[in-house]
Amino acid sequence: MTALVTFKDVHKSYGTLPVLKGVSLTVPEGRVVALIGRSGSGKSTALRCINGLETIQSGTLEVCGRKLHEANCDLRHLRMEVGIVFQSYNLFPHLTVEQNVTLAPRLTGKASQAEAHEIARKVLEQVGLAEKAKAYPEQLSGGQQQRVAIARSLAMQPRVILFDEVTSALDPELTAEVLKTIEQLAQSGMTMVLVTHEMSFARRVADEIIFMHQGVVWETGDGSMFDNPQTPELRQFVGSGL
Amino acid sequence: MTFAGLTPNQLLFILQGAGWTVILSLLGFVGGSVIGLPAAVGRISKNRLLRFGIAGYINLIQGIPLPIIMFLCYFGMSIAGFSVPALVAAAVAMTAYCSAYLAEIWRGALMSVPKAQWEAAECLALKPFQRLTHVILPQAVRISIAPTVGFLVQIVKNSSYAVVIGFAELTYTARLLNNSTFRPFVIFSIAALLYFAICYPLSLYSRRLERRLKRG
Ligand SMILES: Nc1ncnc2c1ncn2[C@@H]1O[C@H](COP(=O)(O)OP(=O)(O)O)[C@@H](O)[C@H]1O
Ligand SMILES: [Mg+2]
Repeated sequence: MTALVTFKDVHKSYGTLPVLKGVSLTVPEGRVVALIGRSGSGKSTALRCINGLETIQSGTLEVCGRKLHEANCDLRHLRMEVGIVFQSYNLFPHLTVEQNVTLAPRLTGKASQAEAHEIARKVLEQVGLAEKAKAYPEQLSGGQQQRVAIARSLAMQPRVILFDEVTSALDPELTAEVLKTIEQLAQSGMTMVLVTHEMSFARRVADEIIFMHQGVVWETGDGSMFDNPQTPELRQFVGSGL
Repeated sequence: MTFAGLTPNQLLFILQGAGWTVILSLLGFVGGSVIGLPAAVGRISKNRLLRFGIAGYINLIQGIPLPIIMFLCYFGMSIAGFSVPALVAAAVAMTAYCSAYLAEIWRGALMSVPKAQWEAAECLALKPFQRLTHVILPQAVRISIAPTVGFLVQIVKNSSYAVVIGFAELTYTARLLNNSTFRPFVIFSIAALLYFAICYPLSLYSRRLERRLKRG
């Protein structure tokens, strides 16, 4: 099984603030990896390193066969293979749902106009929003907007998608519909890294769960690690109900 | 036949002046846009040298009174060996003036597009220029329409400084007419009315755009 993401002793700081202090982890192709941990433990930073939004200071980071620790890494081609979905959706408000979804495939030369249209139809169907193709983001609920953001990522046919607390801004009902979409995606075999606060969801969907604490991988396991935490930090984290 | 003691020819003369005011304003706006838009984009570029260079240009223009810019363009070009008509000198001066202010208005609009939009575009593998043209600019344009139309009013009013280099726009023709008729109150009232007739619809339109934008 090939690894799509490999961190080896990755260090990253913002100015003088060290945030990742020697992170090592791998994400095998076809697997779903959940990143959990307290706020400020470096989960978002780790995710942002994966698609090159942040540069690392030391260690090695390989994503889809590209060495991100090397200065000449081609980030644009990396991002054709790595999708990311944010907590705040970040849809383009001046474009319709369909235009949001087709923009990147068209501009990057991945698809012609007609192909892009077909891709949009397919991915919007996948997230259950085919009938909203002509709507503008502001006309959609938060949950629908987030599903469009997922569709927009899917349209680039990425090899791996990163999710950064994508349901944190949603109320429970809308959270459920977005989680269902992600779960279906997981079942379709998509490689994913999920930063999430939804522990029961992580437990159900993730093949592997990584507990981050103070900038390092503190404990790793599958869903059963919640029942039997090996470290006091994870025990406390689980106990706090987060 | 007279109107307020002016002959049809005299009235026509002042109306022509108003026409030239509109033309000069348009030239200033178009020229100012051609320079101001790239300047606005350059102001938010990652290149420090470019940023500071453009900031220097903007501060310089904004720190010089428009009549002096008019003089500089008019006499500067003739010293440089180009004997240019007043229209050209006035248009160049207005272009410089408009470009500095439009650049600032549009820089503000560009910066008010959330950073997350740049990032989202970057994450979708768009090239920097594509991020700008397909994602940021369309949103910035929306934000900047109302203040831009509002600035048009300033352009029209300040085009009157072309009077100092003898360009026959509205203020100049009014003054000329006054010199031969000695009816300052009537003539400058007419000039005021004409300026108002050009500017007021622009102000109204700008305010309406602003309201529409606030409503979303
Ligand atoms: N752009 C930034 N500049 C400076 N500090 C940052 C930046 N982003 C995150 N941090 C800091 O890095 C630490 C880890 O943040 P983050 O990776 O967002 O954690 P998490 O996602 O686990 O909550 C926090 O202390 C945060 O304040
Ligand atoms: Mg975070």
